[in-house]
Amino acid sequence: MRHSIRIAVGPVQFRIGSDWPEPIAALARLYAGYPHDEARPADATVRLFAARPWRRWMRPSVHIGGDFVVPDALPLPLSMGLLAAEMGMNLQVALGWRRHMLLHASAVARGGRALIMSGESGSGKSTLAALLGEADWRLMGDEFTLIDPVSGDALAFPRAVSLKNEAIAPVAAQVDAARLGLLMAGTPKGDIRHLIPRPEAIAAMHEPARPALLLFPRFGGEAAIEPMGEGEAFVRLTEASTNYVALGEVGYAALTRFVRETPAFGISYPDSATGIALVEQLWAGAAK
Amino acid sequence: MPDPYYRAAPSGALRIEPLGELTAIFDRRSMQTHLVVSPMPEILHAMGADDCDAATVAVRLAESFDFGGAEEVQPILAERLSELAAMGLVARA
Repeated sequence: MRHSIRIAVGPVQFRIGSDWPEPIAALARLYAGYPHDEARPADATVRLFAARPWRRWMRPSVHIGGDFVVPDALPLPLSMGLLAAEMGMNLQVALGWRRHMLLHASAVARGGRALIMSGESGSGKSTLAALLGEADWRLMGDEFTLIDPVSGDALAFPRAVSLKNEAIAPVAAQVDAARLGLLMAGTPKGDIRHLIPRPEAIAAMHEPARPALLLFPRFGGEAAIEPMGEGEAFVRLTEASTNYVALGEVGYAALTRFVRETPAFGISYPDSATGIALVEQLWAGAAK
Repeated sequence: MPDPYYRAAPSGALRIEPLGELTAIFDRRSMQTHLVVSPMPEILHAMGADDCDAATVAVRLAESFDFGGAEEVQPILAERLSELAAMGLVARA
């Protein structure tokens, strides 16, 4: 790879290589405030490469490679090289990480305790985490949360937040433009704009937080709170974990403990302000 | 045809964790997680290490549960035992 960068996000050290300079330059800007340790070996390697050597010049198209490869991963135009890098980073972690149980969930922390939000794409978990992270919460991650199987603690994975579609405007309105990436319009995931987490969140990314509340947000509909039993939370989190099966009994033990110790609720909300109010209401009860 | 006899998984093969209304069972041999509801955990517990048919399980469960003399208990247990066998949690003796 002609161009490369090393980035540490939470416990994961990435090495990202590319045939082109542009995606690496975009990553260097988004991750400028993250710890850099050139000597540390990479846990995950992402490669962005041209399909054929001549394609680098003729019609730039980015393929994603690494230790794990999804056979039908789409080639993206070079203008979406940053998205390709992000997808590659997610993929390597989702499929390769074994040290912690990986939940497809966002998380924020306050007072050393974590609020974890799990849900499908479109549930608003990422937007809620981003907005809470701009208030008096520490953003731990908008996409993945790691659970330490030994301590039961949540660990942060505060990659640059991937704001999508309607979530872009309300967040962009309240942050310094220097913390925003370029707008990538019309990607396969819609419009995307990255948000660099606040410096405090990046500085604290190695600090674990005790899970205190587990929410399953659902954007749309009347405001509602529905308590969720341990069994249902367990089932949902096995589906939300990308490495539950691979971890075997370690994952089983971590997840049963997690759902027993962490109160869980489903919440529905018609807009972000209501969602945040519901979060604060439940947090007041859970974090006593 | 008489009800078949089954043998529960050997001691230590299963890690059973009650989670509210559900019970999670991790099978160390297959690395699979099963989620079951009553009476599956009770049946496994009642079987212990012995070969059991539905009638045996019915007698043992009756020590802890009041079936009210219901006659359909045994066929229901026979069905549940065959389901546990399909999950690999018990095996035909």
